[in-house]
Amino acid sequence: MALDRNQIAQRISKEVKNGYYVNLGIGIPTLVANFIGDDKKDVVLQSENGLLGMGPFPTKDNVDADLINAGKQTISTVPGSVFFSSAESFAMIRGGHVNLTVLGAMQVDITGSIANWMIPGKMVKGMGGAMDLVAGAQNVIVAMKHTDKKGNSKLLTKCNLPLTGVNCINKVVTDMGVLNIKDSQFEIIEVAPGLNPEDVLAATEGQCVIHSDCTEMTFN
Amino acid sequence: MSKVVSNAMEACEGVESSMTLLLGGFGLCGIPENSIAALKEMGVKNLTCVSNNAGVDDFGLGLLLQSRQIKKMISSYVGENALFEKQYLDGDLDVELTPQGTLAERLRAGGAGIPAFYTPTGVGTMVAEGKEEREFDGRKYILEKGIKGDFAFVKAWKGDTLGNLVFKKTARNFNPMVATAGKITVAEVEELVEPGVLKPDEIHTPGIYVQRIFQGSNYEKRIEQLTLSEG
Repeated sequence: MALDRNQIAQRISKEVKNGYYVNLGIGIPTLVANFIGDDKKDVVLQSENGLLGMGPFPTKDNVDADLINAGKQTISTVPGSVFFSSAESFAMIRGGHVNLTVLGAMQVDITGSIANWMIPGKMVKGMGGAMDLVAGAQNVIVAMKHTDKKGNSKLLTKCNLPLTGVNCINKVVTDMGVLNIKDSQFEIIEVAPGLNPEDVLAATEGQCVIHSDCTEMTFN
Repeated sequence: MSKVVSNAMEACEGVESSMTLLLGGFGLCGIPENSIAALKEMGVKNLTCVSNNAGVDDFGLGLLLQSRQIKKMISSYVGENALFEKQYLDGDLDVELTPQGTLAERLRAGGAGIPAFYTPTGVGTMVAEGKEEREFDGRKYILEKGIKGDFAFVKAWKGDTLGNLVFKKTARNFNPMVATAGKITVAEVEELVEPGVLKPDEIHTPGIYVQRIFQGSNYEKRIEQLTLSEG
């Protein structure tokens, strides 16, 4: 069984260590926050529009138009939160002070390059903060589906969409498994419950190997 | 000479067609609503607007796109505006997509007297095309230029008659950098107070950057994505 969005997020939450400063992108990455448990009380979420210490969505009575996250969603603060300008925010990001960034992607390749912001002639939305995040964070994990809607692999030898960044992705968590990117190849280290490593291998276009200790994920 | 003007129309005096305007805000959060309405009423055209986003179809800078007053946008993300996408794909609108952190730093640099700077953001991507690349300590960087504007428009929570500003929560965003980079910076505030009311330690933008200030009215503060918790 392939993982659903929440399970992908749950698996990624294991990569979040207590004390980390973490930036979560829009989509599946946002869901990761729901799985950061009480044993990781000192995790601080950064939102690049100018907030450290992002809390959950507000209750109806506490909605404030002046308090949003980078996805323009209404949010709340937590004790110890800080507001700052966009320049300060990206000083944190570009300066390598953010421990972990999780973001979605349209493609990644064996060199650790990522494409997630543009489809020429079709979609003109812009890169937002993604290029800064992949250029600056200490550790970047991609959360995405293993294949696109047509069934084409999104893990490639070489990205063919405009790049967001080069040589910047260490790990990819998909609905089929967890893969490291190392020595110009993907390495399958975990597979979704019920899948064989060979299934993941077959769905990966770029050079890929199965790690000798590859395991099947468990969820509780 | 007092910096205080009575309203947005008076604050926008001197804005002409073909000028470069800088605007604070992230999405619809912390945008200079009153000034945008005045610019629409003035009908100035061929504007180059520097703003992280382009508003939505019927609010924020989307209002100036509707009336086709904008010739070029310098932004990082314009995905919330379908009109923008249409005008761009039709060739009616020029756009320079700039990474968000680079945009913030370009404005900061422009206001701080720094003509250009090297950044790792965008190396090896379309953003790097035509830009000088240089290596420092084994890592590649590209040269990005500072941005200055003929006018800058910011929105603050509180301001005093000397132009000192305090922003509210995440409505700060691009406003402090935008404030530094305009030849004439216009601040609209929700609450205009006398000097001394804002404590020196709490001021985010010193009044030296602000030439005109007014108390805005009828703030809509539209929410783009209302997301709620139970309870």
